[in-house]
Amino acid sequence: MNQQGQHSIEQAPDASAAPGPLDVAGATDTTPAAPRIRVLVAKPGLDGHDRGAKVVARALRDAGFEVIYTGIRQTPQMIAEAALQEDVDVVGLSILSGAHMTLCPKIIELLRNQGQSHVVVVVGGIVPEEDIPRLQAAGVYAVFGPGATTEAIAATLRQAVAAAQGQ
Amino acid sequence: MRNQDPAQLIAGVRGGDRLRLAQAITWVENEHPRAVELLAALYPCGGGSHIIGVTGAPGSGKSTLVTALARAIRAAGQTVAIVAIDPTSPFTGGAILGDRVRMRALSGDPGVFIRSMATRGSLGGLSKTTGGVITVLDAAGFDRILVETVGVGQAEVEIASTAHTTVVVEAPGLGDEIQAIKAGILEIADLLVVNKADRPGADKTVQALAMMLELDGTHARPRRHHGRLVPDSQAATGTPAHAGQGESRDDARWRVEVLKTVASTEEGVETLRQRIEAHRDWLLETGEWTAREHLRAAHAVEALLRAELERRIRAQWAALDVRALVEAVAQRRQDPYHAAQRLLAGH
Repeated sequence: MNQQGQHSIEQAPDASAAPGPLDVAGATDTTPAAPRIRVLVAKPGLDGHDRGAKVVARALRDAGFEVIYTGIRQTPQMIAEAALQEDVDVVGLSILSGAHMTLCPKIIELLRNQGQSHVVVVVGGIVPEEDIPRLQAAGVYAVFGPGATTEAIAATLRQAVAAAQGQ
Repeated sequence: MRNQDPAQLIAGVRGGDRLRLAQAITWVENEHPRAVELLAALYPCGGGSHIIGVTGAPGSGKSTLVTALARAIRAAGQTVAIVAIDPTSPFTGGAILGDRVRMRALSGDPGVFIRSMATRGSLGGLSKTTGGVITVLDAAGFDRILVETVGVGQAEVEIASTAHTTVVVEAPGLGDEIQAIKAGILEIADLLVVNKADRPGADKTVQALAMMLELDGTHARPRRHHGRLVPDSQAATGTPAHAGQGESRDDARWRVEVLKTVASTEEGVETLRQRIEAHRDWLLETGEWTAREHLRAAHAVEALLRAELERRIRAQWAALDVRALVEAVAQRRQDPYHAAQRLLAGH
């Protein structure tokens, strides 16, 4: 489904993503700006610790992403619904509760069923080493543990979105 | 699936396909090369939605109020779309769109559609493509469209030329009487809401706003003529009426009211919904609806014209060394007035 689709990175060469009408100095940069990558940051499950999710959301904003932040205690249905309405490129799940093996496959299934199999799903939080291959087999693109730098997360997401959109 | 043609998206938007609707909005937001085709086809299908703008200072509780209002609209049997706008960082181009955090009470309802938007450089409280996104949602057939602006100060009044009904939200303790007299955002209100009315100082805020309305005399938003604000020729200098009562001495004139809400408990929100409906009825009965549609159309055409002119002028710059020109201005070897003229002339 992905290889034929690339609509959201097409861009008219003259479509300016300049930050403001007075951006005279920036106008000589002729590189067409890619559309902003939209990331849903969600915290499924019952634990209420969202500091990590907020730090990542902030870091992604600083890396130029549009982050839709939904907060804690989201059900898989709520996450899938928000991903659909917001037409996001990435869903980032913050999970510290240990319930990743039930929550992640459920969310990925809901995304697929609603026609969003192109959406990149990543997980951040505490995930035991041995679960990572199982999550990847279930369709999770990457798992970021406590040591992951925000630069690495941003770079991985850019690559994954470009690949998913057939670039 | 993502490689759509406009016909698929148009059919999806018109047919209630929520994924296609979301993708159509993305096209508009990203100014996709074929977005104009999409919008041109959808525009004639619109006109049925009542567009309600909700604006106010950061921290006044706009998101919570919009959520409560959407629940009231759903309880009244109507469908509702929400466009929630948050600011883009001028430094990185990134944004955190956090309005959904307060909107979880609306999840799982197929009669609700929520879309978060970043301003992407626009300064008027909306984003450049908000008008286009409203066109899509209107064509999708939502009965009501709630547009929540970014937290605004005193000058971001663009919402008034985008919405049929503008609700300005204040909260106790955000400003004093002098703030209430200042021109700008309060002048665009069709309804004034003091949210968080359970907090100390709420009555004082209501009084300050009511006093401002009395000083204003007309209790009505200034009318526009050929795009300019003009004072109502019948502006009353006589007896000031009391704000908050609803019925006007002069039935032909809309009186701005001050309402109290506690959005977190939904107190006063059904009354607000009813007053918004009353405003809609008033617009339709007096012909003001047509006048506002005219204003909205004029605003849309003007905005597109500006964007196209800017694009053309920027295209001329390809042959110019803009950085060198700006550098010359910075070093005062060139003045900015002639620099701008040179850019316009393209040589």
